[in-house]
Amino acid sequence: MKYAKDNIQEIKADVFKPSRRDFLKAGSLLSGGLALGVSFWSCDSKGAKTALFEPNVYLTIGTDGIVTIMAHRTEMGQGIRTSLPLVLADELGADWEKVNIEQALADEKYGDQNTDGSYSIRMFYKPFREAGATARQMLVRAAAAKWKVNEDECSTAKSEVLHTASGKSISFGELVEDASKLEVPEASEIQLKAVEDFELIGKATPIVDGHNIASGKAVYGIDAAVEGMKIAVVKRCPVVGGSVVSFDAEKAKAIPGVLEVIEIKGPGLPATLSKPLSGVAVIAENTWAAIKGREALEVEWDLGPNATYDSDQQIAELKESVKKKGTDRRVRGNFTQAKASAKKVIEHTYVAPHLAHATMEPPAALAVVKDGKCEVWAPTQNPQGARDVLAEELGMEKGNITIHVTLLGGGFGRKSKPDFIVEAALLAKESGYPVKVTWTREDDIHHDYFHALSVQRVVATIDSQNKLSGWNHHIAYPSISATTDTSVLQPSVGEMMLGAIDFAYQVPAIQIETHDAKSHLRVGWLRSVRNIPQAYAICTMLDEVAEARGMDPVQNILDLLGEDQNLTFAEEITDGGYPNYGESIEDYPWETARMKAVIKKVAEDANWGRKLPSGSALGFAAHKSFLTYVACIVEVKVNGSSVEIPNVYYALDCGTGVNTDRIKSQFEGGAQFAASFALKSAITFKEGRVVQNNFDGYEIIRMPESPKNIHVHIMESTAKPTGVGEPPVPPFAPALANAIYAATGKRIYEMPMKW
Amino acid sequence: MAEYTLKINGKSYTTNAPEDMPLLWVLRDLLELRGTKFGCGAGLCGACTVHLEGAAIRSCSFPVSAVGSQAITTIEGLSENGDHPLQKAWQEHGVPQCGYCQTGQIMNAAALLKQNPKPSETEVEKAMQGNLCRCGTYTRIKSAILSVSND
Ligand code: FES
Ligand code: FES
Repeated sequence: MKYAKDNIQEIKADVFKPSRRDFLKAGSLLSGGLALGVSFWSCDSKGAKTALFEPNVYLTIGTDGIVTIMAHRTEMGQGIRTSLPLVLADELGADWEKVNIEQALADEKYGDQNTDGSYSIRMFYKPFREAGATARQMLVRAAAAKWKVNEDECSTAKSEVLHTASGKSISFGELVEDASKLEVPEASEIQLKAVEDFELIGKATPIVDGHNIASGKAVYGIDAAVEGMKIAVVKRCPVVGGSVVSFDAEKAKAIPGVLEVIEIKGPGLPATLSKPLSGVAVIAENTWAAIKGREALEVEWDLGPNATYDSDQQIAELKESVKKKGTDRRVRGNFTQAKASAKKVIEHTYVAPHLAHATMEPPAALAVVKDGKCEVWAPTQNPQGARDVLAEELGMEKGNITIHVTLLGGGFGRKSKPDFIVEAALLAKESGYPVKVTWTREDDIHHDYFHALSVQRVVATIDSQNKLSGWNHHIAYPSISATTDTSVLQPSVGEMMLGAIDFAYQVPAIQIETHDAKSHLRVGWLRSVRNIPQAYAICTMLDEVAEARGMDPVQNILDLLGEDQNLTFAEEITDGGYPNYGESIEDYPWETARMKAVIKKVAEDANWGRKLPSGSALGFAAHKSFLTYVACIVEVKVNGSSVEIPNVYYALDCGTGVNTDRIKSQFEGGAQFAASFALKSAITFKEGRVVQNNFDGYEIIRMPESPKNIHVHIMESTAKPTGVGEPPVPPFAPALANAIYAATGKRIYEMPMKW
Repeated sequence: MAEYTLKINGKSYTTNAPEDMPLLWVLRDLLELRGTKFGCGAGLCGACTVHLEGAAIRSCSFPVSAVGSQAITTIEGLSENGDHPLQKAWQEHGVPQCGYCQTGQIMNAAALLKQNPKPSETEVEKAMQGNLCRCGTYTRIKSAILSVSND
């Protein structure tokens, strides 16, 4: 297979069911009612719990008036434990200060729990509003009946139903019993709040975990503990696809506190997106003993076919192959002709290295396997996916597996893979102990599901009318799909969708081609995924195009976006269609007007065009990803080979902004995340092994060199909300490179950047 | 293995540990004080920062045998109810994202302010450079610290 036709959500669905698509096929929450056989909207099945009003799976109200909202998505720093429940609370009219947030177990009854792809809010904003509005309507109905007044004279606020005319009020708690007896209203009966009545949506709401985090009480996966728990540290094969030939546990067992040494069988190749690597685990009384035990452990490996892999050599080879004719992935007009008649041709090759996620909390998970049941505490982005994989690996019914989702000390895509959870469960099963697997930082950096290196060549042609007449983009990188199928050599449609085949500019000839790049590692997805190298190549090349046209870079992009219109380029894509992040293009069109608006806004906020002292400059880039429109301007002050970043400006359009403070914090963090790979981070492989070990070799940005002020403007909008976790990342690095060029006259074609 | 009696957060704890065991694992695994985090184990990230006689140290790289009678403060003991001025500022400024690095950040910042109650912006940056935050909360960390020092 040359390349996979799946999109990014389907890649994951191969491994993790139910996929988001299956979930959506089950219908909207209200009309479908059933998802995988479990009712979302039932008033029955309460049995002994008659004291609770449970109009849907996300909400319970007790007779004590306590409103509990389930957080069924994973919290990893984006604030979703706050931002999604507040949507329900707002529609309900709950007293937010007193709402109790409960983290959901892995369970299909909640619908999709795979927290990935910047789609929690996109997918659940409407269902959560409907869930809150349904409950509100039932409570109002109960109160109106009690008071013998019309329902439409009643409203809710602060967890009470109010009758304004008479001044009567009654708490939700007092209505629980009556409301529980009512029929759940039909979808058509539900009235959502008017935008101007929102109390929480569209405002800045502090996160619900703030106090616990600041006082050290927050529990992450690595903090999970049960009585009798032991710690495992695993020595994994240094080369992906290798395996254990033999091991000698004697010296390890001599370390005080070491209890057991157990082999974990790996899948070989393909490495898969779910299975542990081949390795040998040391189980000990505590982490230090396990670490010392692993140091003493002797393992002989069969390193397998990837033992000669050298990433520098692969980059050198790919630089050659992208010069050739590749596989056409999108074609408009005739690029060959455009080039032949061009007045000017600009051509460059862009290189980016492998990256590791390096979440501050390394992978860690606790498992107890006892009496045919398994209970897990884990920092997982994908609880249901993890449960499915565990069922398979342990040969257990899903119903016997309980997954508690802890807070995540960062996710960025790493913790959507359950390999470390499987390790814990297998070791718990084998040893009989409750086992917490802890990855050291070295483990994390050596054995990640990496963001793969990339080599891209862009040829841009300018005609005698000074128009951009042709665009030829060549792309080569190991595909995520190769992690599950080693025969895949080229990017999937899903990867190409991330900022390459959705090239949005008015150019008469477009030719986008891909090339073979074999995978020798576990490739995964990292915050914004392939948008990173694709946006880098496009947005820095367009800066050169502006210069070649003698135009201001911002004016150039506005000009290239053309008239206000909804773009349709699906028929130019050779695989017949554009996945649009899993949404239909009718529901979420590509609107050039919205892109132009964020560009104009950021230019205004940054005072684009202002005079700066020599060595200082502004750089610009705009990039839509995950259905959110983003424009970015970076201000630099270059001192020799180092750079200061006094200001970053973003303008974004994510439709309705739910929690403005968390949108801003995602953009602030996104800029810093991008600053790390733009300036610091690279993973290299020699002889099949990762060269870097810890934060000395694999550097991330530190406070003194980090962007100092990050200004974020959220466009006013009532459009459907779209994600904000990933969209800030892609435009930052090209904006930075364009700024450094403006300050120094040096173009940068390689990350991490040097000039 | 040896027996150690440690003064932590004003209390006395007795535990058995090998002398090379880093204080971090003594705190987390033996004493179940898990507010102090593991990030790198090599003094490179600051997640494990605690105070030794009021000064910030990286507990991952500090063997238990070197503690002796010196007083240790961890995040659990920085304040009674999580209401140290920095802990409050952290919430007012909405600093945490995932939050994992933040106990180390707060402990490092508290030691800084003890030493230098009115640091300049550059002094804050320099003092905090050993504390990594992968979520990228640096701008808010800085403003939270400066807001406390300006009070
Ligand atoms: S864990 Fe101690 S400095 Fe990183
Ligand atoms: S808040 Fe996540 S690492 Fe700092």
